[in-house]
Amino acid sequence: MRVEIENLSKSWDGVIGADNITIDIPDGDMVAFLGPSGCGKTTTLLMVAGIYKPTGGTISFDGRVVNEVAPKDRGIGMVFQSYALYPHMSVFGNISYPLRLQKLDKGDIKQKVQKVADMMGIGDLLDRKIAQLSGGQQQRVSLGRALVKEPQLLLFDEPLSNLDARLRLTMRGEIKRLQKDLGITSIYVTHDQIEAMTMADRIAVMSKGVLQAYDVPEALYDRPKTLFVAGFVGNPPMNFFDVEIMSTNGEFRARSEAIDLVIPRDRAEKAAAVKGKITMGLRPEDVTFADESSSAGAGLTLTGVAEVVEPLGREDLVGVSINGVEMRVLVDKTKGVRVGNNITLVVNTSKLQLFDPETEQSLLWA
Amino acid sequence: MTATTTAGRRPLGPRIYGFLRSIPTWVLWILVVLWTIPTFGLLVNSLRTRDAQRTSGWWLAWQDGANGFDFPTLQNYEAVLGAEATGGLANGLLNSASIAIVATIIPIAIAAFAAYAFAWIDFRGREWLFIGTIALLAVPTQVSLIPLLQAYSSGVRMTIPIIEKTVTIIPDMGLAGTIPAVWLTHTGFALPFAIFLLHNYIAGLPKDLFESARIDGADHFKIFWKLVVPLSIPVLAAFAIFQFLWTWNDYLIALTMIGGNRVALPATVVVASLAGEFGLREHLLTAGAFVITVVPLVVFFALQRFFVRGITAGSVKG
Repeated sequence: MRVEIENLSKSWDGVIGADNITIDIPDGDMVAFLGPSGCGKTTTLLMVAGIYKPTGGTISFDGRVVNEVAPKDRGIGMVFQSYALYPHMSVFGNISYPLRLQKLDKGDIKQKVQKVADMMGIGDLLDRKIAQLSGGQQQRVSLGRALVKEPQLLLFDEPLSNLDARLRLTMRGEIKRLQKDLGITSIYVTHDQIEAMTMADRIAVMSKGVLQAYDVPEALYDRPKTLFVAGFVGNPPMNFFDVEIMSTNGEFRARSEAIDLVIPRDRAEKAAAVKGKITMGLRPEDVTFADESSSAGAGLTLTGVAEVVEPLGREDLVGVSINGVEMRVLVDKTKGVRVGNNITLVVNTSKLQLFDPETEQSLLWA
Repeated sequence: MTATTTAGRRPLGPRIYGFLRSIPTWVLWILVVLWTIPTFGLLVNSLRTRDAQRTSGWWLAWQDGANGFDFPTLQNYEAVLGAEATGGLANGLLNSASIAIVATIIPIAIAAFAAYAFAWIDFRGREWLFIGTIALLAVPTQVSLIPLLQAYSSGVRMTIPIIEKTVTIIPDMGLAGTIPAVWLTHTGFALPFAIFLLHNYIAGLPKDLFESARIDGADHFKIFWKLVVPLSIPVLAAFAIFQFLWTWNDYLIALTMIGGNRVALPATVVVASLAGEFGLREHLLTAGAFVITVVPLVVFFALQRFFVRGITAGSVKG
C-alpha cells in the first residue's frame, strides 16, 4: 500500500508535535522515522495509525484520504516499544484478540493464529501467560498480533529498544526479512541510526517536529543536507569546526586559530559565497593516524594531544585536543594510543562537509 | 577501626546503625499490642458472666473460677444469637449483609465507568467535572443526613420567585425507613472517593495498551470490560474491602435513614440496643460486638491477597 503524508501537522494548545511533514512511501518499502526523543516521529506515526487526529494536512493510503477513518478500519498492524501485550491473556489470547474482535469463525482464528505463531517461532508457546515469556518472545507475540490481521501497513514504534544488544541484532534481521518476504509497506520509528540505516529503504530524519531530510541511507550519510542530519547520522558523530575559507596562491585553506587545512577546490568554491565563519564537518573515520613513514602533503595534517581513549574493541575512539579544539577520531588499536600522546593525523579532505552556520544548510548539497 | 581489636563484637558504627534500623519494627510492635489490648479485653469479657463482668476488670478473669463464676462461658453468645434477644441479632446481620453488599457493588459499578471515562475518554469539560467530583469529598456526612432524609420521604420542591410556581425536583419516593435509602446514601458518599481512587489507578495503566486495543478494533466498551476491569482487580478489591467494612460498621446513616422501622435495622444498631433501657443487659454488648466483627474479618482475609498480587506484571516492559 502506498502511503502519502502531505503537509501533516499536529499541535496541542500551541505546542507543536509535527510541523508540515510531507513523506511519500512507495508500496512495499520500509521507511524509518529517525530522530532524537521529542522530534515528532512517534507523533507522526500515531497520526498514521489514527490514534492522533492531525491538526493539518492529509494522510492517504493508495490515494484515499484516511484522516477520518478509525484506526481499526485502516488495515494497519502496530508493534509497540513496550509490546503493549494484554497481561491477563495467554499468548493465544493476545494474538487472536484482533480476530476475535472481528468475530471470525473459531476454527479460522485458531488456524490463522497457529500460522502466524509458527512463522514467529512461538508456535509452541500459545498457552503460556505473557509474564512467563522472555523479552524477545514477548516482542514476537506483539509482532504476531500485528501480523495476524494481514495488515496493509505495519507500524513499528521503537520495537527493539527494550531488548538486549544481541537479541536486538537478531530481531533486526528477522523483522527486515519478514517485511521483505511479506512485502508489507512499513514505517519504523527509531532513535537508533544504525537500525534505521540497516533496515530502511529510505529514512526520514526529523528534529523538533520538522522533517530534516528524506532520502536513501547512503545519501544521508555521504551528502547530508543540514547540519542536524550530518550530526545525527553516523556513529561516532561527525566533528564540527568553525573555520574561515581563504584562498592563497590558488590553494583553498580552511583556517581557524586551531587548525589550518588545505581543502579541495570543488568543495571550497561552493562555500566562497559565505563571508566569515562557516562550519566544517569531518567524520571520525575520515581522519587517519599518521605513521612516521607516511608522507602526507603539507596542509593535510593536524597535530594534537590524545585526551580521552575509549577502546571499542576493534578500534579505539580517541578524543584529540588540537590546539584546544576537541575532535574525535577512530584509530586502529594496534597503534596503542595512550592519554597524553602527541598525535599527527592525516585528514581525508575529499570527504569534508561545509555548512552555513546561520541557516544550518549544507553549502555542498542543495 | 580494625576487626582485630574487638574480636567477636561488631564495630560501634554498624551496631548503632542496626539499633536505629530496628526502631520502626519495635514501634510497630508496640502499636500492635496497644491497639489489640481493648479488643482482647472485649473478647475475654464476652466469655464471662454478667456478674463476673460487674465484679472485676477483664484482666482479673483468671480469678473467676475461684470467685464462683463460670469462665469461660458461651452464655452471652447464646443470649445474643438466641431468639429471645431483643430485635433479633440474626435478623440484624441479614440486614447488615443486604446493606453492605449492595452498597459496595453499586458505587464500584458506577465509579469504575466514571473513572475510565475521566481517565481515557476525551470530552469537553472533563477536567472541571473531575475536579467538581473530587471536591464533593469535602461534604460532611452528618450535615447532609437530615436534608437527605427529607428528600427521600417527601421529595424536593422549589418555588420559583416572582412567578410563584413550584417545581418538583425530586418526587416523593417514600424511602424513609427502608434499606434502599441506606444504599442511596452510602453510594452518594462513597462515589467521590471511589472515583478518585479508581481514576488514579486506571489512569496509570499503560497508554500503549489502549492504543493497541484501538488498532485491534476494540471500542470503549470492549476496552473497559476486556482490559480495564481485569487489570484493575487489585484496586477494585481494595476499594471493595474499604467500602464493605465502612458500610457494615456504619451506625449513623442506617439509624437515621431507617429509624423506627425495627425489622430493617442492621446489626450495629441492634447490638447497641441490646443493652436495653438503663443498661440492664449491658453485658451482652461484648458478645454482640464479636459476632459483628467476624464477617468483616472473613471478607478482609478473603480479599487481602489482591492487595499483594501485582496483576499488571508483564504487561509492558521498561
